[in-house]
This record gives sequence, C-alpha cells and structure tokens, in this order.
Amino acid sequence: MIDYDVVVIGGGPAGMAAALSAHAQGAKTLIVERDVRLGGILNQCIHQGFGLHYFGTEMTGPEYAERFRKRVAAEHIDVMTESMALALGADRTVTLLSPQHGLVNVKAGAIVLAMGCRERTAGAIALTGTRPAGIYTAGMAQKICNIDGYLVGKNVVILGSGDIGLIMARRMTTEGAKVSLVLELMPYSSGLKRNIVQCLDDYGIPIKYSHTVTRVVGSPRLTGLYYAPVGKDRKPILEQEQYVPCDTLLLSVGLIPENDLLGGMDIEMSRITGGATVDENRMTTVDGVFACGNVLHVHDLVDNVSREAEIAGKSAAEWAMHGGKAEGEVVHVLAKDGVRYALPQRIARREGRVRIFFRVGDVYKNGMLLVTSGDKTIASRKFRVLAPGEMGSIDIDASLIDGDVCVRLQL
Amino acid sequence: MIYDCIVIGGGIIGAVLLDRLATYKLSALLLEGQDDVASFTTRANSGIVHAGYDCQPGTLKAKYNVLGNPLIWRDAEELDVPHLRCGSIVAARAEQAEGIEELAKKAKLNGVEVRILDAEETRRVEPNVADAIACSLYAPSAGIVSPYQLAIAYADRAILNGAEIKLNQVVTGVKSSDGVFVVTTSSDSFEARVVVNCAGNNGSLVNDLAGAEHYESSYRRGDYFVLDNTERKNVHTVIFPLPTAAGKGILVAPTADGNVIYGPTAVDTVNGDTASTADSLDMIRSNVPLSYACAAWNKCIRVYSGLRTLIGHDFVIGESMKLHNFYMAIGICSPGLTSAPAIAEELAGQISSRLDAQKKESYVTRLPRRKTLERLMRNEEELNALVAADPAWGRIVCRCEKVTEAEVVAAIHSPLPATTVDAVKRRTRAGMGRCQGGFCGPRVMEILSRELNIPLNEVKKGLGAEIARYRVKEVE
Repeated sequence: MIDYDVVVIGGGPAGMAAALSAHAQGAKTLIVERDVRLGGILNQCIHQGFGLHYFGTEMTGPEYAERFRKRVAAEHIDVMTESMALALGADRTVTLLSPQHGLVNVKAGAIVLAMGCRERTAGAIALTGTRPAGIYTAGMAQKICNIDGYLVGKNVVILGSGDIGLIMARRMTTEGAKVSLVLELMPYSSGLKRNIVQCLDDYGIPIKYSHTVTRVVGSPRLTGLYYAPVGKDRKPILEQEQYVPCDTLLLSVGLIPENDLLGGMDIEMSRITGGATVDENRMTTVDGVFACGNVLHVHDLVDNVSREAEIAGKSAAEWAMHGGKAEGEVVHVLAKDGVRYALPQRIARREGRVRIFFRVGDVYKNGMLLVTSGDKTIASRKFRVLAPGEMGSIDIDASLIDGDVCVRLQL
Repeated sequence: MIYDCIVIGGGIIGAVLLDRLATYKLSALLLEGQDDVASFTTRANSGIVHAGYDCQPGTLKAKYNVLGNPLIWRDAEELDVPHLRCGSIVAARAEQAEGIEELAKKAKLNGVEVRILDAEETRRVEPNVADAIACSLYAPSAGIVSPYQLAIAYADRAILNGAEIKLNQVVTGVKSSDGVFVVTTSSDSFEARVVVNCAGNNGSLVNDLAGAEHYESSYRRGDYFVLDNTERKNVHTVIFPLPTAAGKGILVAPTADGNVIYGPTAVDTVNGDTASTADSLDMIRSNVPLSYACAAWNKCIRVYSGLRTLIGHDFVIGESMKLHNFYMAIGICSPGLTSAPAIAEELAGQISSRLDAQKKESYVTRLPRRKTLERLMRNEEELNALVAADPAWGRIVCRCEKVTEAEVVAAIHSPLPATTVDAVKRRTRAGMGRCQGGFCGPRVMEILSRELNIPLNEVKKGLGAEIARYRVKEVE
C-alpha cells in the first residue's frame, strides 16, 4: 500500500491543474493517468483557441498541455502513466493497474476525480439503418487524424454541432475531405459561436438546424444517409426526407462525464450535468472525494477547467492535511426559469466571493440574470444573449447568503 | 487433396458441425465467405438457450431444441464460453392466462419441464416484471449464452482437433463428378467426397449452385436494443411475452456478457436486408414496458438487427434426395442456436457412417480457461506475475470492458486468428462497452497493425470494411 495526501485520477488539464494546486499547499500528490503521457484530450486538439483567459495568449491544445506538463515536472509531482484506476474503495483506496507496476493499491487522504468525459455514440442515439464502417465519433476521427495521421474518409456529413464536430469539419476540410453538411437536431448549436464562424462559415460548410439523420445506408462501408427536418417534438418529418451520399458520418452529439469508476461509491450525482454534485470546494457528497473538469460538468473552455481544478486541488490538499468541512450551514444552489443547472450545487461558506457557473436551456436574449437567496437578490446583471453552448458564470458575495441560492433568468 | 467433407458456411451451424466432424477420423474443411466465423447472422443472435416448450410438437424444431438444450450447457462449459442457465418466463396478464395453459400443454408434449407461476411466484423469479403481469410459464432449463463466442470456440476446438477453416472463400460453384465434389470459390477450388450446406441466409443459393432441391427462402429481420451493463442487475431471467404466429415476441434478457437486450421485432424483409428502422425500434419501445417495469432507454449503447431465414415452417436437415453425399442444414431459424449441437451430432453421425469413419481415440474436449482481467482481478498474485513477465497484461486497451492488450494479442494469435477489429471485439469484448470503441478502436487497430505486420490503413473493421483508408494530406 502506497500513501499519498492527494491522489488525482486523470492527467488531463483538470488533473494537472488540480495536482499542481494540491502540491502548492504542501500535499504529497500523485497523478494517475491511463495514457502514455499527460495532457488528456488536449494532445489531439491541435487547433488554436486555448489559453486566452488563463495564460492571456492563444495557443494550441498540445501547447496548453505542455505548459502544465512542464510545471508538473518542475515540481517533481509523482505521475503514474499507463495506469488505469479500476476501483475506488470507500476508505479512499484507489486500485490501479499498470504495465510497470501491476495491480497496486494506493491509499489517499483525498481523491480528486478528473477523468474527463466521453462522447455519445451512434448506439446511444439509436441511429437506425445499417451498421457500417464509416461512422465515428468526432473525437475518434480526430485522434486517428491528428495522432495517427490517417483520414477516416473523404465525403463527410456531421451530425451534431458540438465543438469537436465543428473543429473536425474544418480539420477534415483542410486535409482535403469534402464536408457536405452539418445537421443539428436543435434550433441552435451546442458549440461555441466562434467555432460556427471559424469552422463552418469560413469554409462554406452548410449547417441545417432542426434536422437529423433518419437512417444510414451502405454495408460494409457507409455509402450515404437520409436526413429530414424535425418538428417541434424533435421527431423527423419523413415526408421531407432527403438523401446525401457520403462515406463518413461524424457524430458530435454530446459528451458524457466519465463517472463509471464511481459505481461502488455512494456519491450523489446530478441528473442534468451527469457529474457529481459538489460544494464550493468541489467536494462531492462523499468526504474527501473532490471532482473537477469535464467529469464534473462538460466545459467549453479549458481555461475554466484549469481554474475549477485549482479549487478542487487546493481544497483536497487542505482536507487531506487538516481535515474537517467548511463551516456554516449548507445552502443549496438551485437553477430555475431558463437556467438548466448551476454549479456548485451547495455552498457552506459565508464570506468572500463564490463564482457560480451555469448553463441555460435555450437561447435567451435581452434579459436579466438574477441570483437570489431567501427573498433578496444578491447578484444580478443584464445579458444580451445566453445560449446553451456557452457556459456562463456570475460571482456572489457569500456573506449575503440567507437561505437557498437560486440562479434564474428574468426576461 | 480430396477432403472427406467440406462444410459451407461458418455460422453457428457450420462451426459446431465442423467441431463434431473433427471428433471422427476424417478430413474436414470449412469454407466461410467472410473474414471471420459468426460474422453475420450468428453474431446478431439473441443468445437465448430455449427450453423448447413453444415449438410445434413433432417438428424438427421441437426435436432438436429439446436435444440441443443440454448439449449447449455442456459445450459452453467445456469451451469456456460465457453462459448462464438463468431460466425463462413467459409473462402474461390476467386475460392471457389461457395462453399460458396452452403453452404448458405444448411443453408436456415436447417433454420440457415447465411450471405455471402465479403473480407472487413470478416476482420471486423476476421482481421487475410489469405491474400487470398476473402469471407466467417458468422454464428452468432456459438461459443465455454468447452466440458468437460459442461459434468461435467451436471453430477453435475443431482446428485443435485437426479440422481446417478457410476464410474469405465465397462459394461460387459446387459440381459433382465421379463421386467427388469440386467446390469453387472466389479465389480457389477444393475437392471433397461429402459437402454440407450450412450457408445460413445463402442456404437456398448454395443448394441451387449444387443442383440440389430448390427452396424458396424468406427473411425476417429482428431489431434489438443493447443496454449498458449497469442494467444487468435489474434482469434476473429471460422475460418473454406470450408467443404469436410471428415468433417468440419482444423479450427482455440479460446477455451472457453482462448487458441487457430488448427485442427482437419480426419484420419480413424481401432480400435479407438488416437495416434497422425507426418503426421497428418504436415497436420495441412500446412493447417492452408491457412485460418489464425497468425499461431504461437512456442506457442504450447499441442497436442491432438479426436475421432469420425461413424455408417453409421447419428446419431442413439431412441428405439431399437429389444429390448423393450432399447434406443440408438450412432454414435454421429460431431456435437454431439451441438446436445447433444436436443438429451437428445428427449430421456428423450420418456423414461419418457414410464415410465409414470411426471416432478418434482421443481429441481435445476442454479449451483452456481464458485469462481475462476480470478473472485475474480475483487472483492478484497471478496477475502481478503475468504483468511482470509481460507488461501487456497491465495495459488496459478497452476501458469500458477492462480488456488488456495481452487479451487482444491472444485473440489475434488464437487457433482461428482474429484479423479484424470486429473479430477482436467478438473474442475479447474490446469495443462492446458504452463508448462503443471510441477509445479502444484506434488502439486495437494499432495492435492489429503491429501483430499482423500490415499498415494501419489496411486494418479492417470486419466484412472487409476500411476504417481509415487515407493518409493525411494524401487525399486528392
């Protein structure tokens, strides 16, 4: 049995930032990473757009990861790569398997969950038709393209307008593939506005909102697909079905926090985020277990992931070394009136600022964002546009908290 | 050389027949058109080991189902194939009680042990039946097996016992002259004294090629949902509705690999097309809640379709009346999987006496228990010794199903080698989990590329399909 103050599970952007901030508190820290190197999904995100908020300069995913990798190395933080966490015990024992060490049990004073997320698949959306080669999640196609150096096809349709799908529309195009169409079930994109502009508009790639794939054709390889507009119930209007030939369908239809490791633990999960519910320190409902990054809720910007992970790492270190919970009566943070979720879901602190992150459930224009507690409004601001694809945040003064906190829109 | 026997088709029927033929002193060759056995209909079988109560008494289906059931359990044990004799129920609402009585009578005629359970007894077997379920017919001998792993294991054991399998051999002609058959394929030709048609969906076609009896085939497609293994805890037995003329109905069942399936529908298709349709999936969505209370559509990880090929109302088994030494096992629709070993023993018996071949004095019966991480987790010392000797045992390739690199490598070098991503998937489960190969797919491709010494873009998904054909910046 090996002992650490803080064990961080996952060595992507969240894990590295959490480990650095735990280490800065003086905690003996270990990062457990299943890949051969740290960096997580950033390693395959070779496009620009990372770091503007955190580092004040725009860089690629690998560059952003490299800055953190260098810091981790400089601080001599222990890292186990090619190590897969197989189980978490209630006593905060982490069971790992790695080719270097075999099966190892690590005892942690505190655990930071930073496992990231995975992509929804053709199966998860019950895609109908044949089951040919040629249908990939956008991230898998990105890995094969950017890491392995191969293209999965050259006549591409993309279903869903998540950020990875949009990025891959541009990437496949610059590699010489023809991306003929992007279909989005919803009337709006789930990706960032800047990606719609820079990845689709700039390359003349059409996007059809309120459209979906009705069936795929071809075996053993995809040869085409049918698609149709959807009604208000999001069911396809089959009379308007159209055919488009293609050899590749990329799916960008949602990301799911990868919480499968938590199966044996009694951690309260949010049905909306797919992650654990946490307090302002990013501690879950199980003492000493913290979560951050995309395993907690799916982010748009890695800069936000790093910041959130720093909160989790610092808190985990304090918890491991000093124990105890934050003082004060715990209030719940609720999401209402157009707000889908708000995080953290609990606040115990009664001093200083707490930043609340949230997502809205639809596109809203020209209204007020309000945070209330008891019968008082404790924070508010005007907004021009809020969209589901862009995570928002608002700071509150914790000393004003007087009962459950509610984040809502007023139109 | 002239083989004693050529088996055409590497589905479950062809594979188990080859396995049984290999226990005799004769030379046997199986020809399969695809790049692996079990790669079409068998892989999409529901994996239910039927008890045999609902077959029409007196049919070949009834006979072989009842004979095959105990053989499946024995074979699955010997071959170390995932299986569970979990029983089955036909769950009925109060107004369907008469149908249950009728089934019980059929069961008696077929010699199958069943019990009629009342509402409370039913819930002791399956606590999660729908509220309206008032009674059921319980069959303790039913259960589940992994259909593709069973076929692959039969193929592996047949090879270990001296039989041969040639893949990618689409049969294009069967000619008989002077007591010898010449079977031509897309790339070769082979000679044999006896030919057996186990060509599944192409059964009628092969009969026509050989000039044996002409049969009209019809095809019935069945769509399924596969649920995440987190749903496995909710399903304790195979839950059927009352059967109808179209088949056994839309069931809820655990799979031997730890998932849950909902399905199949029964849709007549003209040409054997296996594309799923929205209407058919909607039918599953509306039917499952009639018998099962825990339907979890958001836990779906995969949709697939199986195919039944029907020739008349029964199996076609035995020697052709028109063509001497030409045997058939075609039209093997449900309960074909359960019947398979019994059909194979019957045919292997007939063929060996025709060829005057005796049983071998000794042959392999048990395949070595496969090492899987799941099993090794219970024996930390053995696992760590394996990792020390070969680090691939510590390298997890498929994180959903916890499959190590060593297991993938073992599959690629098994008696019938896995040469495609799908073939690795069927042998190891890498890619069968909730991420559906999104993570492990490229890793499996790398391992196949390395072990088979081929470039990454020549690695196939299965059925010859290319995954990542083009080099970056090489697209025209």
